[in-house]
Amino acid sequence: MGGDDLRQTLGTGWRAVVTVDDVWAALAEIPDPEIPVISIVDLGVVKGVEVTNGTVSVEFTPTFMGCPALDTMRLAMEARIAELGASADIHVRLDDSWSTDDITAEGREKLRAAGFAPPAPRVAEKLELVQLQRGFRCPYCGSTSTKLENLFGPTPCRSIRYCEECRQPFEQFKTI
Amino acid sequence: MSDRTDLLLAIADDELILGWRNSEWTGIAPFLEEDVAFSSIAQNEIGHARALYELAAAELGTTADELAFDREPGEYRSAPLVELRRLEWARTIARHWLYETADEIRLAALKASDDPEIAGLAAKMDREEAYHRMHAEMWVDRLLATEEGSERLQEAVDELWPYALGVLDDELRPELVARAQEKLERALADVEPVPRGVHEAELAELWEEMTSARRSAPAGAQW
Repeated sequence: MGGDDLRQTLGTGWRAVVTVDDVWAALAEIPDPEIPVISIVDLGVVKGVEVTNGTVSVEFTPTFMGCPALDTMRLAMEARIAELGASADIHVRLDDSWSTDDITAEGREKLRAAGFAPPAPRVAEKLELVQLQRGFRCPYCGSTSTKLENLFGPTPCRSIRYCEECRQPFEQFKTI
Repeated sequence: MSDRTDLLLAIADDELILGWRNSEWTGIAPFLEEDVAFSSIAQNEIGHARALYELAAAELGTTADELAFDREPGEYRSAPLVELRRLEWARTIARHWLYETADEIRLAALKASDDPEIAGLAAKMDREEAYHRMHAEMWVDRLLATEEGSERLQEAVDELWPYALGVLDDELRPELVARAQEKLERALADVEPVPRGVHEAELAELWEEMTSARRSAPAGAQW
C-alpha cells in the first residue's frame, strides 16, 4: 500500500481492510427495527465509529431507554461489522447526547413519506402540552388542522395525532 | 454498599415497581388511549430501571436482571407509594401525578450531580419523564374540572400524601409540598412521610408474579 493511502490496514492475513467510511456505509443499511423506512444512521443514534487494530468501536445511544429495538440494533450492527471482516465493540451511551434534532434531513423526509410526522425541534424551555396541541402538518394531505389524540402511541417514540382535513389519524415522532 | 449504589437501587426499584403497577392497566384501562398511555409509560419506567440497575450492577459485580428479579422482596429499596395496588382511576391518577412531580424534583437534583454517569442518565430520563408529567397534569386538570372528579382526586391525594412525601429525601420534600399545594390550590396535611424500607404487603404479591417466570427456569437459563 502506498504511503499516500490514508486507509488503515486492519489485522493481517485474510482480514479485509476496513475503513471508518466502510463502517458508516454498512451501518447506513441497517433499518430501524420498528420504523424500517429509516436507517439507524438517519436516526442519528450512531454517535461515533472508530477502527483500531481489527476492532470496530461504535458508540451508540438508544432513542428511548425502554426501546426493545435496542438489542436488535446492537445485534444487527455486530453482524454487519462481522461481514466486513472485523470484530465489533458496541458501546451504549446513556446520556442526553441524542435528540430527535439529530435525525438527518433525509431521515425526516423518509419518515414523512411513510406517514409519520417528523418531530418538532427541541425547545429550550420546558416542554408543555399546549405546544403539542398546536397544528402540526399532516403527512398525508399537508393540512395543519391537526390535533393531538394521545401523547403516547404504539411505541415509546410516537404520539398519535388526527387530521381534521383528511380525517386520518397519523403518528408523530415525539420530540426528545 | 456505597451511597451511590444505594441511591441507584432506590430509584431503579421505584421505576421498576411503578412500571409494573402501570402495566396492570394494559388491556383494562377506561378507554383505549389510556391503555396505550399507561402501557407506554410502564415501558419507559422499566427502561429507566434497567439503565439504573446496570450502573449499580457494574459496581456490585452483578447484572441488571439479577438486581431486578433475584433479590428477596424485603431487599427492595422502593418507596411504598409505588408498591400500592390501586386499580381505581382517581387513585391511579393521584399516584401518577404525585410520583411524577416528586420524580421531577429528584431528577433535577441528579442532573446537577458531579457524577457524570448519574447526571447524564438523569438528563436522558428527564426527557422521557416530561411526557409522563404532561400526561399526569392533563388528567389532574381534567378531574379537577368536575365536581365528582375533583372530590375523588382530592380524597385520593390526601390518602396518598404521606406516601408521596416518602419518595424524597428530607431536603427535597419542601419543593414537593410547594408544587402540590400550588396545583391543588389548597394546603396539604403536615404529616410524617411513609419511609422507604418498610414495605407494603402488596409488594410481596407483586414480586411473586413479577419473578415467577424467572424462578420457574433452571439457574443459568438464557432468555
